Amino acid sequence: MSQSQPSHREGRFGAYGGRFVPEALVAALEQLDEARKKAAVDPAFQGELERLHRTYTGRPSLITEVPRFAEHAGGARILLKREDLNHTGSHKINNVLGQALLTKRMGKSRIIAETGAGQHGVASATAAALLGLSCTVYMGEKDTKRQALNVARMRLLGAEVVPVSTGSATLKDAINEAMRDWVTNVADTHYLIGTVTGPHPFPEMVRDFHRIIGVEARAQVLDLVGRLPDAVCACVGGGSNAMGIFHRFIDDASVRLVGLEAGGEGVDTGHHAARFSTGVPGVLHGAFTYVLQDEDGQTLESHSVSAGLDYPSVGPEHAFLKDSGRAEYYPVTDSEAMDAFALLCRTEGIIPAIESAHALAGALRIGRELGPDGIVLVNLSGRGDKDVDTAARWFGLVSEEELVEAEQLKAEEPVEQAEGSGW
Amino acid sequence: MVSSVAEVLERTRAEGRAALVGYLPVGYPDVPGSIEAMVAMVEAGVDIVEIGVPYTDPLMDGPVIQHAVDAALKGGTRLADVFTAVRAVADAGAPALVMTYWNPVLRYGVDRFATDLAAAGGAGLITPDLIPDEGQEWIDAAARHDLDRVFLVAPSSTDERLRSTAEACRGFVYATAVMGVTGARAAVGDAAEELVTRARAATDKPVCVGLGVSTGAQAAEVGAFADGVIVGSALVRALSDAEGGGDRAGGIAALRDLAAELAAGVRKGR
Repeated sequence: MSQSQPSHREGRFGAYGGRFVPEALVAALEQLDEARKKAAVDPAFQGELERLHRTYTGRPSLITEVPRFAEHAGGARILLKREDLNHTGSHKINNVLGQALLTKRMGKSRIIAETGAGQHGVASATAAALLGLSCTVYMGEKDTKRQALNVARMRLLGAEVVPVSTGSATLKDAINEAMRDWVTNVADTHYLIGTVTGPHPFPEMVRDFHRIIGVEARAQVLDLVGRLPDAVCACVGGGSNAMGIFHRFIDDASVRLVGLEAGGEGVDTGHHAARFSTGVPGVLHGAFTYVLQDEDGQTLESHSVSAGLDYPSVGPEHAFLKDSGRAEYYPVTDSEAMDAFALLCRTEGIIPAIESAHALAGALRIGRELGPDGIVLVNLSGRGDKDVDTAARWFGLVSEEELVEAEQLKAEEPVEQAEGSGW
Repeated sequence: MVSSVAEVLERTRAEGRAALVGYLPVGYPDVPGSIEAMVAMVEAGVDIVEIGVPYTDPLMDGPVIQHAVDAALKGGTRLADVFTAVRAVADAGAPALVMTYWNPVLRYGVDRFATDLAAAGGAGLITPDLIPDEGQEWIDAAARHDLDRVFLVAPSSTDERLRSTAEACRGFVYATAVMGVTGARAAVGDAAEELVTRARAATDKPVCVGLGVSTGAQAAEVGAFADGVIVGSALVRALSDAEGGGDRAGGIAALRDLAAELAAGVRKGR
């Protein structure tokens, strides 16, 4: 726990990480660790995953240069790694296909997942459908409302979506509920954690499944511009897309790694998810890492316009990168993110996820710092389809009357039909 | 030095029965109410009190306990209140073990927590999300302050982990009877007895069983093979059923009745 502990312990990133879980889960974590280590060196597993990425996910994902957007970044060149073009619309599919294949290898028949914005839930439901696993997705009740479309998607894919009303009714409570399910059903169930946090081996394993983002991007950027980028920007909720793109660049000392977390209404307002700005190290959801907490160690509620970044904790490897100085982390407010969101839509014809818009806002800042010779690589982790409703309200693209009318129309439709099995 | 918990378990073993361990969280329905309830429980025959620290993310707990700790937190319960409850239980004559998720202790400072717990007369900690593998700092602090360390074992624990976890325990070994979270269940099941048998092969330390016990009959059943029977959700529910209707005195009375029933149960178990 203390900083003085050796940094080379398995499952630790410096002082961070570890395995803070009920004993009932330890056997499953050991089993998972063994399975993923064997799979990592098994050509059959790697071949199957590679085949799925090529024929199902759509990898390698593209690099798109965005010059009209970059005009607002002091003339620096901005390149987007297009994880938004993946099947299911975000980077999440990289990890779920890997873990779903591991689930089958472990002889388990059911996966559970938690989701905030819904992207990980949709990806999990997709992998479950593809591989014939049953799937339950826990989602904070508040999030089921702000991401209703993704709830419908998960149900269409055959998953059971369980709204969680305990605690703050958001992502962290969905994780608690998923953990409870896992403790109860661990014999046949794999908990498909969607980000680089949780007990060992999840942070390492999820990072490794997303590492392909950085591996591809590094080669693509070298090919396109003949040198490495000066900075890599990525949004950081739990931090999976950021770890995925950062990891291949860690040994490239000239490349700045920049994580952008949700500054919400501003880090001074108390309404944000800026763990590195105001959090302190502690334990949440099985890992020792930065946590938004009060002086009694109670988890504080986070806030972000983006459900996907609205999480009071962060992956432990990010905590290590932050303390060691290898990566920099800055908050981006809701309004900065939404400005960048609008700018990318208008200048390049790409609607990004609001999560990814935080990375875009960071790229504009870093670009201005670097000037015209700079090259910034941004992980565009997801597309904005799920966020159209939020954006429409934010920018006032639909009137309050229209919104009320739309809600009324929705309420009049027979929803029971969609919940049953007869559709 | 033998801990107060070990002394109680030795005494109950000599009496040919299991000990009754009762859980209640601090601050439900409010801090004085929770302390009154803990003392009532001791008067009704609970041998050891497990004092719950309210926490925002109690992932080992079912809905009954989560509801109570949510209410305790909303009501403004603070970590300092836990030490007040510990003092009251110790004064009532029962060893007080604090059940806490790890982060509140970490935030408070592990050694500072141990110091204040010992000063309040507490017996030690039960740590549902801290396994001995991660617990060296706490194990060291407990040794310095002569406090018990109760870690959990589960039906999924390997024999090797049963041994190493029991080795790290002082006071007793907490055997979780079922795979799952806290909450009353209709039947305790065979997993509990099997786990106790396996734990006994791994250690001479007392083994107490928790998760799922809610009635005198179940307490008798479990008390027949375990050194202690741990009851939580059922006691909290006894309080909350009456409290929900605004009947505080009724809640304490219902709690007292259930504690007496459970105490009678452990006395006819063997």
